Amino acid sequence: MTNLRTALYDWHASHGGRMVPFAGWEMPVQYTGIVAEHQAVRTSAGVFDISHMGRLSFPGKDVLPFLEDIFTNSVASMKLDQVRYGLVCNDRGQILDDVLIYRWPYGYSMVVNGANRTKIVAWLEAHVAGRDVAVADLTLETAMIALQGPKSLAIAAGLFDVDPSTLKYYYAAPALYCRQPCVVSRTGYTGEDGLEVIVPKDLAVTLWSEIVERGALPCGLGARDTLRLEAAMPLYGHELDETIDPVQAGLGWAVKFDKPFLGREAIQARDAHRPVRVGLALDGKRAAREGSTILLGGQAVGRVTSGSFAPTLDRPVAMGYVAPPYTKPGLTLDVDIRGTATPATVVALPFYKRAK
Amino acid sequence: MDLSTLRYAESHEWAKLDGSLVTVGITQFAVDQLTDVTHLQLPKVGAAVTAGQAFGEIESVKAVFDLNAPVTGEVVEVNSKLATDPSPINADCYEAGWMLKVKLAAGANLDHLMDKARYDEQAASDGH
Repeated sequence: MTNLRTALYDWHASHGGRMVPFAGWEMPVQYTGIVAEHQAVRTSAGVFDISHMGRLSFPGKDVLPFLEDIFTNSVASMKLDQVRYGLVCNDRGQILDDVLIYRWPYGYSMVVNGANRTKIVAWLEAHVAGRDVAVADLTLETAMIALQGPKSLAIAAGLFDVDPSTLKYYYAAPALYCRQPCVVSRTGYTGEDGLEVIVPKDLAVTLWSEIVERGALPCGLGARDTLRLEAAMPLYGHELDETIDPVQAGLGWAVKFDKPFLGREAIQARDAHRPVRVGLALDGKRAAREGSTILLGGQAVGRVTSGSFAPTLDRPVAMGYVAPPYTKPGLTLDVDIRGTATPATVVALPFYKRAK
Repeated sequence: MDLSTLRYAESHEWAKLDGSLVTVGITQFAVDQLTDVTHLQLPKVGAAVTAGQAFGEIESVKAVFDLNAPVTGEVVEVNSKLATDPSPINADCYEAGWMLKVKLAAGANLDHLMDKARYDEQAASDGH
């Protein structure tokens, strides 16, 4: 099966984008270099094609009870134009995806991981259970662009009919770009201030080009990964998968146990001794990678789920899961990097926090 | 550096013969695949290396790769500055980014390596 291409594929390929397969799409992993792109987002602004993310909407009057049933966070308490992060779990309390829900005057929409789009659409459709709601997949008709970094809002000024600098964090606005409806949200996956914009796919190149002309550096998936890792944001398939529940993943803040939702009781019944997500700052320059064993005194106590050299911190960092007794910040563990036990200190997450 | 005087391994290392000493590094193609080098592990002077086998590793933000010896012999010099600052590999992989100097073992040579034309052809079809 051939990979899908976003509306920006030709632009990426003709502007030095190194294309790789990801989540069923051809995506740029980098342009000028992962470190340069990472630094640009932390100090200035970078722009990412995130059109591979799934964009769903839910026509029908029963949308609220439907979403409330399958989302770990509260939907009913969301304000108009608010964006909220949460999990969708199976009946064993294990994570099917981490998603964002947007509340609009007319209803709700959802952004899901690109790699999970087909799975989640099928699962949601199977859980409609006779209610008056449908699952509409708008991914292929739209594009999504993330503009991230301290200069993002200055770069975006005047692009839309709405002033994005008036948006509060984790709020969105329906807006017009080139007189066509789009969505602008003050959200992101980098730990910096910024925006994510959903446009009809025919406007993708125009918007992207305008943002680049205004000074944002094109960035790829490589920098997206190092940025989110420093910000300790989980990535489905690494920190999250169908063996993990939200609480052990450190996402209890996105779970509202005072409302019923699919998997609630199962999460509460999970083994108290199960491994818990932890952050590690490594000595030296070698990076721990996904799958590396975490050790204490030569005994395996956990495994790495994501790891890389972190450009802003100038050292390798990793996230992983370890048995609960070994999650105390300051504790020195070891990570087996290709046969060598490398010291790693447990640190509180996130590794990086932007200055307010 | 006249790149046509070098010989090349399939695994993207280059070898430059000067008498019985061979200087070894990695090609621009390899550098482009790696992107920013964050870490490098090289052998000590005196270590034996065997053509086609790993003599160290090179790591970038993205991934880690074995460095494979293009020739068989003994390491007589190592560019140890790269251990603290691997950036010459990204900036100048054929000169300042040299990694090892190897004294060829008796009977060893560079005949099994590719010339520039063949290497360029192979790298082009490899390319992703």
